[in-house]
Amino acid sequence: MDTAPDTTALRQHLIDPEICIRCNTCESTCPIGAITHDDRNYVVRADVCDLCMACVPPCPTGAIDNWRTVPRHAAYPVEEQLLWDELPPEQPPEAMATRGPDGPDAAADTRAITDESAFGTTTGRPAVARFNVADHASTVPPWSAAHPYVNLYGPGNPTLATVAGNVRVTDAGTESDTHHVVLDFGTLPFPVLEGQSIGIVPPGQDALGRPHHARQYSVASPRNGERPGYNNVSLTVKRVTIDHDGRPVRGVCSNYVCDLRVGDVVQVIGPFGASFLMPNHPRSNLVMICTGTGAAPMRAMTEWRRRLRTSGKFEGGQLMLFFGARTERELPYFGPLMKLPKDFIDVNLALSRESGQPRRYVQDLMRERASDLARLLASPDTFVYVCGLKSMEEGVVDTLRDVAGQGGLDWATLGPALRREGRLHIETY
Amino acid sequence: MTGINYSERIPNNVDLSGDRALQRALEQWQPNFLGWWREMGPDGSQDFDVYLRTAVSVEPQGWAHFDYVKMPDYRWGIFLNPREEGRRIHFGEHLGEEAWQDVPGEHRANLRRIIVTQGDTEPASVEQQRHLGLTAPSLYDLRNLFQVNVEEGRHLWAMVYLLHRYFGRDGREEAEALLERRSGDVDNPRILGAFNERTPDWLSFFMFTYFTDRDGKFQLSALAESGFDPLARTTKFMLTEEAHHMFVGESGVSRVLQRTCEVMNQLGTDDPARIRAAGAIDLPTVQRYLNFHYSVTIDLFGADQSSNAATFYSSGLKGRFEEGKRTDDHRLAGDTYRVLEIRDGRLAEKEVPMLNALNEVLRDDFIRDSVGGVQRWNRVMDKAGIPFRLSVPHKAFNRQIGTLANLHVTPEGEAVSEAQWEARRHEWLASPEDRAFVASLMGRVAEPGRFAGWIAPPAVGINRQPVDFEYVRFN
Repeated sequence: MDTAPDTTALRQHLIDPEICIRCNTCESTCPIGAITHDDRNYVVRADVCDLCMACVPPCPTGAIDNWRTVPRHAAYPVEEQLLWDELPPEQPPEAMATRGPDGPDAAADTRAITDESAFGTTTGRPAVARFNVADHASTVPPWSAAHPYVNLYGPGNPTLATVAGNVRVTDAGTESDTHHVVLDFGTLPFPVLEGQSIGIVPPGQDALGRPHHARQYSVASPRNGERPGYNNVSLTVKRVTIDHDGRPVRGVCSNYVCDLRVGDVVQVIGPFGASFLMPNHPRSNLVMICTGTGAAPMRAMTEWRRRLRTSGKFEGGQLMLFFGARTERELPYFGPLMKLPKDFIDVNLALSRESGQPRRYVQDLMRERASDLARLLASPDTFVYVCGLKSMEEGVVDTLRDVAGQGGLDWATLGPALRREGRLHIETY
Repeated sequence: MTGINYSERIPNNVDLSGDRALQRALEQWQPNFLGWWREMGPDGSQDFDVYLRTAVSVEPQGWAHFDYVKMPDYRWGIFLNPREEGRRIHFGEHLGEEAWQDVPGEHRANLRRIIVTQGDTEPASVEQQRHLGLTAPSLYDLRNLFQVNVEEGRHLWAMVYLLHRYFGRDGREEAEALLERRSGDVDNPRILGAFNERTPDWLSFFMFTYFTDRDGKFQLSALAESGFDPLARTTKFMLTEEAHHMFVGESGVSRVLQRTCEVMNQLGTDDPARIRAAGAIDLPTVQRYLNFHYSVTIDLFGADQSSNAATFYSSGLKGRFEEGKRTDDHRLAGDTYRVLEIRDGRLAEKEVPMLNALNEVLRDDFIRDSVGGVQRWNRVMDKAGIPFRLSVPHKAFNRQIGTLANLHVTPEGEAVSEAQWEARRHEWLASPEDRAFVASLMGRVAEPGRFAGWIAPPAVGINRQPVDFEYVRFN
């Protein structure tokens, strides 16, 4: 059984001195002066860096994109980093915070928490030591993905959307307050695909008087709109009331979004994401694994397939969903989900706090359904999507490996193939 | 070409569509640019899909957007760093005055000259490198070459924007001339010497991007201090792209060294003939290439004493590298600087007014920066346990410009007679045989993840893609 998470763990941002060419781009990009250098190395001050990731895309070498999980009190000081010729090895696993999806607030599996972390960190980076999601997750889309538009609007030129709807999708009385919010872009272009995300810029300033940075949310609606033929998108947003470590906190953006009223105008940036996209070829299968508001992209993909099916002009493959939450009443979209035809989607719900029932997690259900899952994994037309809390990554990948093994598939071959062929997509926060 | 929505076709943050005259002028220039690109851009590569980084805005998220692009469709845009309200000139006679948003009449000719000289180097390097794609050692390297090329093209756009926007008819004529000069052309050459040299092989290319693009970094850094605000903001953004070019050079040479060290350790030899027979480039040859590119590049900083340099500084047009971080009076009227001259057959220092020696100041900053990277190359040999060290030659070695031009000085800094120089020059500079050998290794490797035998694979791919990613699709 879990205990409280290790609050002393820190994902420390480091620069690889073997790859860095000292071009100074990172130092000049950093908005808060966290990067410095001497004659030898460029280094990051752990106590200043807020993981905003502004330095990562401009780095020409990739040296900037290195992370080590260390106990907070033992972060590498700048003086030590300046002497390095190479990065130190990873810390042993005991030193890391490990919190599985069965942690004390598994129900908080929501985008919410990311919502309060720095913007870029929702992209799956930084990778933690030992288990590195980048070793497994695809960086390329499926071969039949539609071409996405990305970065049409940035922090310097956000576009505007009008709130067209805002309803609570978890039962009242439950702890998690998750909202389904519809934003309408009117006549302004904002083309999105299922699996892409958008950024919302909350109004006002932070404690230091700087404008709030944007928070990223996956779209929950398909490409032709929440309402087909309309220029709108929907989001699934959980109100943040506690932080990653269980302390009370009022999430700036999630509370702003959950409290929006119809007719309000919000600033939006994006779209973002060019690989977590669905296949579009006939008979392609989707395996979707998610917890909490990680359901948003799954809802979008499922709904697009449902509309295609209704049109009768597209022969879809199988859809298999593994969905985790604390109770049925806290499952976003539980009602509509249960109404979908069984021959359209194979729904597996994992409830960790349903009274009178043993706790079950998505990995448990994946193992129960191992033979069906393995059969799908064996097909080159199957594409796997994982979205939820970061802590689920490792468990889900381990389970996929075991399931593949039981099905007689060689993970050493299948794993890299899934990654290379854009067939395993992981987005966590 | 009418009907193109230029606010979309030319990504920009200068409100291009709000200035019809400028928009029309650039509309007329664009087809000429594309014509130049087709004629003088990468040879036989216009139809490839290349995994390129395209700037779509100056925000960190917006300027590193990666996707497959055919090079002629690359979105060459116009980007200036955001305007800083209340920015003031922080050096020269106008110190403390508000930065200029327009060109002051009295500095017009000098500013135009500075911008044209900088702008001329951008298409020149594309021309110098146009055949290299045919002999790329891997898809990864081919992609890096093309990235460098399209960004040099974008830098040309940046300078042409300034010429069109601020220099009227003269500016438009200069912008045309930038497309008419040709690298190495006897009748109509590029303005600066190093940009008329050939870049015949990939070792030259890596040395060029390491040293000569670093000259670009220092020139751009000095211009980023300019009192002419649009020039400062343009060059600041160009610097972020220049970093990639230096990365290509530094990591390229480093990978050549790594491969050579592997071969040396496998064969247990340091005999250049045996190393060459095994298909790797021996370390003394690398040193001779280095000597050449280093000496040609430091000439680019101009004469060691220059009244033009003094004028550019005093009038607030071009500062020093990291002007803002220096703690002197930023006017330099009474300051002196030591430069080299030949006295009684030996090199000796003499003190001259610093204002006149500002080219030398920038050259010395460049030298310090270059040496750092050469030390990092030496770590490759350290790691492999090979007792060979690369070094940069003496500042007076093989110079063609300034007081030191046409002296005969060894890489160690010893003045020698012309006869001695001629007898030993191929110990120091790559000989035709050296170049022919390196050329003999060049051949295109086009399979993802495979690398030519004379170069090691990189440590990481581009944009976190794997090294065996298909960075270029030939179609």
